[in-house]
Amino acid sequence: MFRAKIYITLKKGVLDPAGQAVRAGLHSLGYTGVAEVRMAKSVEVMVEANSAEGAEVLVREICERVLANPVMEEYSFVLETIV
Amino acid sequence: MRFGIVVFPGSNCDLDCYHAAKDVLGQPTEYVWHQESDLSRFDCIVLPGGFSYGDYLRTGALARFSPVMTAVAREASRGKLILGICNGFQILLEAGLLPGAMQKNDHLQFRCEVRPVRLENKDTPFTNLGRVGQVLHLPIAHAEGNYFIDDAGLEDLLTNEQVVFRYVDRDGQTTAAANPNGSRENIAGIINRAGNVLGLMPHPERRAEEIQGGTDGLLVWSSLLKWWGERHA
Repeated sequence: MFRAKIYITLKKGVLDPAGQAVRAGLHSLGYTGVAEVRMAKSVEVMVEANSAEGAEVLVREICERVLANPVMEEYSFVLETIV
Repeated sequence: MRFGIVVFPGSNCDLDCYHAAKDVLGQPTEYVWHQESDLSRFDCIVLPGGFSYGDYLRTGALARFSPVMTAVAREASRGKLILGICNGFQILLEAGLLPGAMQKNDHLQFRCEVRPVRLENKDTPFTNLGRVGQVLHLPIAHAEGNYFIDDAGLEDLLTNEQVVFRYVDRDGQTTAAANPNGSRENIAGIINRAGNVLGLMPHPERRAEEIQGGTDGLLVWSSLLKWWGERHA
């Protein structure tokens, strides 16, 4: 069994309205040193596979087909072996 | 002309679309549950607005994997007319039947109001009764209508005249202030290259009768009927 910790971000240059709103909120609290905020999604997936390679192929596929929208998002992930 | 109105878990404009097709246009119309896999009996398939699958993950992202979407893609490739309104537009984007993606509105607010929308292309089955530059007043109701496409994709859309509707101000100008959601180039609706799949954020089914406050949306429904009638006389 493997655990994939997937991290999905908006591509560079894609407007992040939620990030901008959080940044504005932080500024209004006095944290004016916050230059930029980018929101992201984190998804944890447990995968049954015979090898780390097999798990990686599967995670990549579900990221590209479902979890991330390649038009505006990028993804990365870390794979851990669960004993 | 046979209309099929697709119902996903969380659709909420399906009744309005059914009413527009069945009662206003007077055409045979059926609801289609998202588990169905054969849509060959319809001439036009409507993906209505709402919050399919609770908008989980991304708007339209999970509806896209409903069995019915395989059938929608098949009928689209056969040239059948597909109309995606609001959440239906978002689903068509996620399914790759239209280019681009939908982002949260740039101000993060849900916008529910009547907006002037300019017709940019009348040479489609959905808009043939209009004229280019005509301004329609149509309701919008969404939090994620901020249409995004990269520069190359936008160039393609413009070159192929795929932009069908744009948000404008009272004078019909595409100003930044007239843009209710941050959409690129004030885009409110686009069509595919083949010209049979239209997606738009405004709701033509909510302006199909005087009792709804206006009939500007009827242009879309009546154009469909005219287009089909001319080919099946």
